[in-house]
Amino acid sequence: MTATEIPVDNGVNVEALLGVRAMLPGTPDIAKFQWRSTVSWVNGTHSRSDVETFYGFGEEQQHHTTFSYDADHPLQFAAKDNGVTPVEYVLVGLGSCLTAGIAAVAQQRSIQLRSVKATLAAEMDLHGILGADPDIRNGFSGVSVAYQIDADASAEEIAALVAQSQKRSAVFDIITNPTSVTVTVG
Amino acid sequence: MASTTTIVIGAGHCGLAMSACLTSRSIDHVVLERAEVANSWRTQRWDSLRLLTPNWMTRLPGYAYRGADPDGYLSARDVSAMLTDYARAFAAPVRTGTTVTSVRAVGGGYVVQTDQGVWRAPTVVLASGAATLPTTPGLAQLVPPGITSLTPADYRNPDGLPQGGVLVVGASASGVQLAEEIYRSGRPVTLAVGEHVRMPRTYRGRDIMWWLDAAGVLDQRHTEVDDLVRARNVPSMQLIGSPGRTVDLNALTSAGVRLVGRLAGIQDGTAQFSGSLPNVCVLADLKLGRLLDTIDAWAGGTGERFAPTAVGKPPLGLNLRSGEISTIIWATGYRPDLSWLQVPVLDRKGRIIHDGGVTACPGLYLIGMPFLRRRKSSFIDGAASDAAELTAYLAGHLDTLASLERNAS
Repeated sequence: MTATEIPVDNGVNVEALLGVRAMLPGTPDIAKFQWRSTVSWVNGTHSRSDVETFYGFGEEQQHHTTFSYDADHPLQFAAKDNGVTPVEYVLVGLGSCLTAGIAAVAQQRSIQLRSVKATLAAEMDLHGILGADPDIRNGFSGVSVAYQIDADASAEEIAALVAQSQKRSAVFDIITNPTSVTVTVG
Repeated sequence: MASTTTIVIGAGHCGLAMSACLTSRSIDHVVLERAEVANSWRTQRWDSLRLLTPNWMTRLPGYAYRGADPDGYLSARDVSAMLTDYARAFAAPVRTGTTVTSVRAVGGGYVVQTDQGVWRAPTVVLASGAATLPTTPGLAQLVPPGITSLTPADYRNPDGLPQGGVLVVGASASGVQLAEEIYRSGRPVTLAVGEHVRMPRTYRGRDIMWWLDAAGVLDQRHTEVDDLVRARNVPSMQLIGSPGRTVDLNALTSAGVRLVGRLAGIQDGTAQFSGSLPNVCVLADLKLGRLLDTIDAWAGGTGERFAPTAVGKPPLGLNLRSGEISTIIWATGYRPDLSWLQVPVLDRKGRIIHDGGVTACPGLYLIGMPFLRRRKSSFIDGAASDAAELTAYLAGHLDTLASLERNAS
């Protein structure tokens, strides 16, 4: 009996990504990207952010549409809950970045994914943002991500996927390492 | 201007291996050495340093270890003595005390300027070493005054350090060895850990290097790896040249060394450590597991497995102004010194572009870089096959030149 080889398809165009990497030595400037968003205050703690353009591959780029995101705080903060809190967007960013990475790495390693789910949790102590205790930071004191993955791979291979996606994740890096932030008013 | 056929720059183990191969083909050459044979081994190594590879692996063209302790590890002084004897044994044409100040391509050959005169040759072999200058990250400039900063090239022994806590940045071979040695001197040690290569000293009752050698792992060619850039930048293995002694992170933490994540920033006098420590440890554990699986697949059976690296609850910040840390050791790697190379073979980061040591400039070769032609190129034991193959390329180039000359005349 001959085994029929079913091509692995996680819907990731790894060839395109590898093609970009292959072009980098000759044209390193195509790797220089700038991500952008705008934000407008609506009312109270409610704001709306739009994401439309970015720069990369040597020229101005555009999403196919303008994406809008409402951020607010929940009723328990005496706010109107018009959207998730900014810190929850950070979890959204982390979870989606790691999950995209898992799909890409799996594709490259010829691992067929059937289901990838994760639960994210971030611990935070309000003493920080309320200015009630200078020893407690504003941000998360810790973040946990618990994956449940069903794939054609051994437990070690799946663990390696998850580890590699952290190693190559922009948002994981942004959260785990300091970044210089400049805020101006004009 | 003196002329010869091949100029080898550097009389370390690679330059001498090249010289031995050139000698056996009767190719006229000189080996230019800025100081004495094996200079770096004499002058730039800490007192306790020993090779990571056992003595039986100390092999060079026409030389194999014949001493009484094949399973021991040579000290830096032993290595320099061994290389001096080796050079003498085949009368390597070494010009000591000759510092190269420039190498230029001129008229199909090369002109090598030194502080002892000018040499010309159709072929040049760069063998001045991968680990000539210690590299420190830019953020080393942000260390508050009053803290002593050292690199492994400056460090000799713990007695040379001020009293007080030591932050060792980097957990490759140098970093883990120094962290352990300094901790044993009675100083509190914090080790900042980024990506690293975990390795037990022994596996299934044998030195890990025996397995890597026997199973062919070290013979893997540069053309056989998926990602050569990554393979060439893999940090050195967490090993020490001491029988049966493992210096992985678990060994260090059980001794009392404190782990933190990669040093990611210094802000207002506070060192900031990455929150990626759990992941880099998982990556290293998985990679070690895969290596042991490879060995088992070759040997048959299954050997022992090692406990996952325990990271505990590492602090993310450390106030460098509190007095807790009096010394920082930057075990953050080395780079070659190629400031004198004026041939257009460098990439945008100043590294030589080459294919297994063969550059795009005809007649210019490179030896002694990590994974140059094989995984073992990083070790003394890799020099023999790399030198033999590069000498074959070099001889082929000389034949081409000779036939061009015949056709022209």
